[in-house]
Amino acid sequence: MDSAIQHITPYKTLGLILVALLVLTGITVGVSYLDLGVFNVPITLAIASAKATLVLLFFMHLKYEGRAIKFSFIGTICFLAIMISFTFWDVAFR
Amino acid sequence: MESQHDHTGIRIGMWLFLYTEIILFGGLFVLYAVYFHNYPREFSAGGKELNRLIGSFNTIILLVSSCTVAASITAIRQASKKLCLLLLAASFLCGAIFLVNKYFEWGHKIAHDIYPNSPTLTGGPHGKNIFFGLYYVITGLHGLHVIIGMTLLGLSFLFVFNDKITARSFALLENSGLYWHLVDLIWIFVFPLFYLIL
Repeated sequence: MDSAIQHITPYKTLGLILVALLVLTGITVGVSYLDLGVFNVPITLAIASAKATLVLLFFMHLKYEGRAIKFSFIGTICFLAIMISFTFWDVAFR
Repeated sequence: MESQHDHTGIRIGMWLFLYTEIILFGGLFVLYAVYFHNYPREFSAGGKELNRLIGSFNTIILLVSSCTVAASITAIRQASKKLCLLLLAASFLCGAIFLVNKYFEWGHKIAHDIYPNSPTLTGGPHGKNIFFGLYYVITGLHGLHVIIGMTLLGLSFLFVFNDKITARSFALLENSGLYWHLVDLIWIFVFPLFYLIL
């Protein structure tokens, strides 16, 4: 009965995460007006990944899940990384 | 030891489905990345034609709705049914506002002769045609997910209202919430890729 003692996320945590997400959105929109050359895309993607991590960990409860969900999720992300990087090796060095 | 609800098992099932969704959109993002690599100028020109204000507004709406859905689960687990219903209704409303914005956004573009296979796009630069093709496919598929997510939220609302979802049995609400967060997650990447790339 491990589901009975499953973690309940307090409203305060959810509110704080929302504030963090909105601040990050503000930063990413602000940064988009600056021309940072080659760093444009990496910075934008880094902020997006930070936002995604917050949503996954707290809103989607991943932080409090068991090993099955955590590891299978990491596996999916690894597969995604392989798919993206192998495609890029092909395209970049063609 | 017969348990009526295996919450962990139900969630694992939902996550397995979400993985397939991640790979589906991941494939489209790969397509975007490759064409962005081939046509950087046309992509950044295309991005400037999209309305950043509407895009930012929609991002905020989806983030807020994600938070209210997560809060609705906290509410039902603390047995405050009214608050849960209120939060679900707010999330549903956010989804509706998002779609209305998208309707105006698409309508504006279509009025300017920018839609798949339009004369402006087929006769214009190749990169621009691809950028807006991807824009319509990815935001369209995302919009479809918003509609499905809203249906699930509406269903959860009815079930909470009829006491079929309670503090002890809330798997449908939890999985609808997970789906809604995935919709939010995808938008977190769609927004900067289309609206903010210089």
